[in-house]
Amino acid sequence: MPRLFEAPAFAELPALPGLSLAEGQWGVVTEVAPFKGELEGISSALQEAFGLDYPAPGESQTGDKARLLWVGPGRALLIGAEPPEWLGGRAALTGQTGAQAVLLVDGPAVEAVLARLVPVDLSAEVFPEGRTARTLIGHMTASVTRLGPATFELVVMRSMSGSLLHDLTRTARQVAARP
Amino acid sequence: MRLATGGMIDRETQLSFRFDGRIVHAHPGDTVASALLASGIRLVGRSFKYHRPRGILTAGSEEPNALLTVGKGPGREPNVRATVQEVWDGLETQSQNRWPALSLDLMAVNDLASPFFGAGFYYKTFMWPRKAWEALYEPVIRRAAGLGALHRDPGPGEDEKAFAFCDLLVVGGGPAGLMAALAAGRAGARVILAEEDTRLGGRLLAEREHVGGQPGAEWAASVAAELAAMPNVRIMTRTAVTGAYDGGTYGALERVGAHLAPEADRPRYAFWRITAKRAVLAAGALERAMTFSGNDRPGVMMASAVRAYLNRWAVAPGKEVAIFGTGRAARATAEQLLDAGVTVTGLIDPDPGAREAQDYPVFPGGHVIGTHGRQGLSLVKISHGLVEQNIRADCLATAGGWNPQVNIACHQGARPVWDAERAAFLPPEGSVPGLTPAGSANGTFSTAACLTEGWRAGAIAAEDMGHKAPAADLPEAEEEAGATPASWVYEGPGRAWLDFQNDVTTKDVKQSAAEGFSAPEHMKRYTTQGMATDQGKMSNVNALSVLAAATGVAGGPAGTTTYRPPYVPVPISAMGAGARGSGFAPIRRSASDAAVRERGAPMVEAGLWYRASYFPRAGEKTWREACDREVRMVRHKVGVCDVSTLGKIDVQGPDAAAFLDFVYTGAMSTLKTGRVRYGLMLREDGYVMDDGTCARLGDSHYLITTTTAAAGQVMQHFDMVAQVLRPDLDVTFTSVTEAWAQFAVAGPQARVLLRTLMEDDTPLQIPFMGVTDARVMGVPGRLFRISFSGELGFEVAVPVAYGAALWRLIVAQAESLGGGAYGMEALNVLRVEKGFITHAEIDGRATAGDIGLGSMMSTRKDYIGRAAAEREGLTDPGRERLVGLKPVDGARLTAGGFLFSRGAAAERVNAEGYVTSACHSATLGRDIALAFLKRGPERIGEVVRFVDHLRGTDVLCLVCEPTFIDPAGGRMRA
Repeated sequence: MPRLFEAPAFAELPALPGLSLAEGQWGVVTEVAPFKGELEGISSALQEAFGLDYPAPGESQTGDKARLLWVGPGRALLIGAEPPEWLGGRAALTGQTGAQAVLLVDGPAVEAVLARLVPVDLSAEVFPEGRTARTLIGHMTASVTRLGPATFELVVMRSMSGSLLHDLTRTARQVAARP
Repeated sequence: MRLATGGMIDRETQLSFRFDGRIVHAHPGDTVASALLASGIRLVGRSFKYHRPRGILTAGSEEPNALLTVGKGPGREPNVRATVQEVWDGLETQSQNRWPALSLDLMAVNDLASPFFGAGFYYKTFMWPRKAWEALYEPVIRRAAGLGALHRDPGPGEDEKAFAFCDLLVVGGGPAGLMAALAAGRAGARVILAEEDTRLGGRLLAEREHVGGQPGAEWAASVAAELAAMPNVRIMTRTAVTGAYDGGTYGALERVGAHLAPEADRPRYAFWRITAKRAVLAAGALERAMTFSGNDRPGVMMASAVRAYLNRWAVAPGKEVAIFGTGRAARATAEQLLDAGVTVTGLIDPDPGAREAQDYPVFPGGHVIGTHGRQGLSLVKISHGLVEQNIRADCLATAGGWNPQVNIACHQGARPVWDAERAAFLPPEGSVPGLTPAGSANGTFSTAACLTEGWRAGAIAAEDMGHKAPAADLPEAEEEAGATPASWVYEGPGRAWLDFQNDVTTKDVKQSAAEGFSAPEHMKRYTTQGMATDQGKMSNVNALSVLAAATGVAGGPAGTTTYRPPYVPVPISAMGAGARGSGFAPIRRSASDAAVRERGAPMVEAGLWYRASYFPRAGEKTWREACDREVRMVRHKVGVCDVSTLGKIDVQGPDAAAFLDFVYTGAMSTLKTGRVRYGLMLREDGYVMDDGTCARLGDSHYLITTTTAAAGQVMQHFDMVAQVLRPDLDVTFTSVTEAWAQFAVAGPQARVLLRTLMEDDTPLQIPFMGVTDARVMGVPGRLFRISFSGELGFEVAVPVAYGAALWRLIVAQAESLGGGAYGMEALNVLRVEKGFITHAEIDGRATAGDIGLGSMMSTRKDYIGRAAAEREGLTDPGRERLVGLKPVDGARLTAGGFLFSRGAAAERVNAEGYVTSACHSATLGRDIALAFLKRGPERIGEVVRFVDHLRGTDVLCLVCEPTFIDPAGGRMRA
């Protein structure tokens, strides 16, 4: 029997002034929400399996095999690896593969553009590499993570990928048109 | 007239713009106001009510008179202050509120009638007949009065909004603001310095003062350069801070492209939300207007503005200038005018001890009692001692002291404090947390003191935030503060004007007091004082002084009106930037979206989602034809519908079952793994909140669905329950709506269709209301056996990335079986035929009993809404309850129509219910409806009257059970 093909979250990415866009490739994604009293045990086990701690609020951790991204109180996404079996029963494991539109934005205009869409302070002093925020992009709930000096990872609901591009396009053009 | 030398303009470059069609020359650095004055144009507008001639009064954003419309066509902007608008080559400006022309305004006849038009005139006169106010009087009055008008069409460009963060926000870049920013910047704090002018320096740009041994403007430029070189300091010019809000947030309006020729994508304005740990208010002070008879004639100008035009723009605002004022401000104005070659025809100084001058006449103890000149000043009538005399003047510079700009310090409700010694309102202490006033905004008027106070404010703020304050570095500067005249209101025989925009006179204020409107807030509303676009910046203090005198209050103005943001006018297009068109709200598109739109399906909004309404086919002329076909397809063959948009919440944890028992009316703990149950949730007040299915995937693992539009509300409800009502339960829940693409497959051929997508038919053997894992075309998915159509029905779910591929395949398979995709219209007909409810029925006013689901309310457990649902009003059998309706003679039924007993008059008091959902049933070949009817279930078989007053329908209907086909449900269990 033929297998269904997978569609990307973004059909195509526009060319924008001062920004380059690429779809992030997350692979398998599982939301890990520890049950009561399990956090410590889970954290040490994650340390053993992936060399990563369960992320504190606002934290994203990247290892060789997987990433852990904080997405809310008591919730983190395990990205790029299947959850180890022993996690079941200690945490709610919910498949979220493909549920996000992940966009990597990079370029000299990135902070100026995001300052027009994201209502939190994203300057490098208070929001260094690896820092993540659960916030808004325009009217959309989003996760915003700094990956580099001029690189951010923007995550919105997959269904809103078009609106994300719409907002970024308008804003990037407006920033570029400033005197 | 342009002076031969001086000014901060680029004389090498020529610009030209149009004012009412006339070409006016200018240089870079000019505002429209400075260029008009340089060309000798004094008459620039007409007033709001009496159409009196208006000239340029000030040189800043406080300008009440010189309001122009800038640009042409849909992008034009009304009420732009000529004193703020910078000139660009090709700029088009128009004067406002004149007809047919600025110099010949026939509406000025209003002014002749002004004895009848005082404050309160409209309200007293046009009382009768009552109805004529809206139909006749108001439109006529509104046409005669007003400022600029918006174009009916939206402009081509979009504005912008943005966020910024800092340790210290410095509001204003004059001497105090520059020093505050310098101190905090050197200390290492993150500083934003916001200045509404085009460059930093404040009054130093307009005066001939030296700071630190340099001309003031040069000193300001050197500080600006030092600040610009600091990576921790951000200078925002052309940015006016407009308001102080909670939690250290400030609004600010930036003129991004308003000073330049329009360009694609370039915003005209940006509205900033600046979050600051501390702020220094160094907004400066505005020179106070003098109130005297005829003080609104073009040519009367603030002395500070006269000096600004001379020094900054090298423009003499007149050939023969008289000065009304006292002290240093008045003398400096006279000397600088003489220096520029302008004749000073007299200094009218209210101070009886004023000294003589060598180069111009001084009138000690004098004041102005009137002005003359048809469309601009030609003579000033003065009184000094017992003598009255006329002085020639085409410009009268008035120096009435200074009003500190306390507005932002008062935006959180505090009122400013009158300081009798300085004769000024001062900012109240501690009125905005973290904000310190400094400089002339704080009533500190000498340049040297402003520098000191600004530095201190910046240094203390930096220290407060853990930085080490740098060593004080204060340049030498002018230490004299100038003087305020003993009075700034001199009434004479004619009208003395307060609010130049709204034509309010001293007489109006006194009339207000005489009629008992003697509190500032009442006087404001009675007279419209301070209610125009300048919000009384140039007039409130004078009006309050007049009010105090009229009400016998000694020692200065008694109280003020409330200061509210914004400090300067902010276009709505800037505040709401980004929300135009599809920026209004995000659009959610499901996996089938591209394929659905390729088919030409019109989309309908459900919450933020876009769903297919119907799938038109060749030859179908109306939506009804498509809908009827899709309904028959499902009833006889097979139909496919994208249901991915329904809310899906994954619930896990040792207490998942207990949690769900608590939120649903029915028990979910007794549900077996692999089975699905229909559930109802009530709000705490006992009414139905939402309905949906609940599937048990494992011992401590459930998956529930919500209606599309209520998904957010249910999630919020769950959070509230888990955090507030049942923190004892160990449960987690998360939305998986976005993780799955889910398609309903319904109809007698549903199983045949699904068989083509699966390796074996084991999953298809699940019973009605069952759920199982299933591999779909090589992908791990889920299969539910549920039905919202009443037919044999499944819902097949795959990880969302596979949804687009599965949709195309599944629709092709359905079509090969004689079926196809169906949309929301058909889905609605199918569910009405079965009597299944949606939010048309559970609209927030219905109980479970009302919709015939009272039996789903468990009596063996507690759940949210149970107690409230047992209140007598909610269990009254006389309530409107769900029934079906069939028109007796096959007529059309429409949702929203009302029900009456047969023979009763179709009036509100007789209404016995209403239709919630109506449709044409393709299956039955007639219209059917669901309705709420008083005692409905007891009235099955009765004929009632259906009246839709809006559409003019009046027909008789038979009340029936709300299930029109297959009441036993045999088909969906097949």
